[in-house]
Amino acid sequence: MVLSGVRLDNPVIPASGCFGYGYGMADYYDINILGSISFKGTTREARYGNPLPRVAECREGMINAVGLQNPGIDAVIAEELPKMREKFHKPIIANISGFSIDEYVECCAKIDKEEQVEIIELNVSCPNVHGGGMSFGTSPESVAEVVKAVKKVITKPLYVKLTPNVTDIVAIAKAAEKAGADGICLINTMLGMRIDTRTRKPVIANKMGGFSGAAVFPVAVRMVYQVSKACGIPVIGCGGVESAEDVVEMMMAGATAVEVGAANLRNPYASKEIVEALPDVMQRLGIERLTDIIGIVE
Amino acid sequence: MYKRNIYKVLSSEPLSAKTRKMVLEGDTQYITAAGQFVNVEVEGKFLRRPISVCDYDDKSITLLYDIVGEGTKAMSLWAEGKQVDLLTGLGNGFSENRGCHHPALLGGGIGCAPLYNLAKKLIAKGAQPVVILGFNSAKDVVSKDMFEALGVETYIATVDGSEGTKGFVTDVIREKGLECDYFYACGPMPMLRAVCNSIEWAGEVSLDERMACGFGVCMCCSIETKSGAKRICKEGPVFSKEDLIWK
Repeated sequence: MVLSGVRLDNPVIPASGCFGYGYGMADYYDINILGSISFKGTTREARYGNPLPRVAECREGMINAVGLQNPGIDAVIAEELPKMREKFHKPIIANISGFSIDEYVECCAKIDKEEQVEIIELNVSCPNVHGGGMSFGTSPESVAEVVKAVKKVITKPLYVKLTPNVTDIVAIAKAAEKAGADGICLINTMLGMRIDTRTRKPVIANKMGGFSGAAVFPVAVRMVYQVSKACGIPVIGCGGVESAEDVVEMMMAGATAVEVGAANLRNPYASKEIVEALPDVMQRLGIERLTDIIGIVE
Repeated sequence: MYKRNIYKVLSSEPLSAKTRKMVLEGDTQYITAAGQFVNVEVEGKFLRRPISVCDYDDKSITLLYDIVGEGTKAMSLWAEGKQVDLLTGLGNGFSENRGCHHPALLGGGIGCAPLYNLAKKLIAKGAQPVVILGFNSAKDVVSKDMFEALGVETYIATVDGSEGTKGFVTDVIREKGLECDYFYACGPMPMLRAVCNSIEWAGEVSLDERMACGFGVCMCCSIETKSGAKRICKEGPVFSKEDLIWK
């Protein structure tokens, strides 16, 4: 498949935050079997993130509130990327987060210069510290503003990873496209919460967090479908994908490539097993080339 | 290195009302140190359950665990012969080559579990460990007989005083006037805090935290240490007393 000129051997991409920088997984299997890897969300400064506990079990999923723990863009470029390149020789997707337009611009400009980073994935789900703390991704105007600003400083394709915690995902996606985004990735996690009924307190220290896992798959398929029908740019589908069948379904909904998130945390071999299972599933479903089924559903 | 493999339940038995012992048969080559853990897949649960290895040999793994929620409740119902999916060889274990002669092994509740294989390893190296285990009450006391069978000096503390010294493991050290040259501790955070703050000997502690992956990619169990952020599952679960920050 081709994402804005970037050729992938297959559509399977471990999602940001569920695979680190990839090299840690290379001890267990050859990660070059993957189409690409979206690395851990990176910010300008190093962040420790939220207090513990950061994770809660849910039916068919989990909630996390890691809080974008990462070593900061300079350390990622100096230390993590070289280690990643040593083990992974395919296109890399750089997931960039920010709490202000300036931060997004600075980080994207830096990562854009890095060899092998072929797509920049903009996580617009973070709160905008200059916008009253509301997430960039919840208004078409702020998404457009950050996309326009970032596009001015980069040469590589920009994919905007959208939050599903909005009333009208299509309006947000269209605003991103109009502002110059080269593609859309969706969905990020859904805001969720669990309470420990014995202690009468939230399970995670941050109270709320991002719900992901198999349970969100139908929501992701629906949003991928709506957005791919409404926009002319490629969509990377993400959310609850656990099998090669899920990959096919997501592509039929309109995804050109598919990210695998929480499934990697339960089964470290999940992404590899999905890649390996794809040929059989394609044969069974009478699919000659995966590119033939992208958005095939009317 | 960790590995995902299928194991067979050889035995499963209660040790107390809440604590159980389960022996699993399968490949143990990736377990290289006392204090490492396994991550257990439980049907119907999204996340695995991280459990310390209590003991292992070349073909079996012994786990002690408390029934605390739905996942461990489900595990308690597994019958002999049940096939179980585990990730083994997770985390770094205790440093077994400290060269200490008379270390104290301090366990709080189910924190006694990883100390058992550690005690065996230390004895094999010629050390004379002393084991001090703390529980809430006499009815919760587990593993005492296992440690005694190794021939190690074993003391019990209970919060309600129904067995051994009334109070905590630190009270046993004071009461018995124990003189050790190192400590290894595993148990609940308040116990570990008390141990690190009140014992002068150098030592190390094994931490427990809610985890998602158990192999270092999700950052859900990351703590701040004096040498930066560390993942309990990957750089830990054992940390030097000097490296920890108690807030």
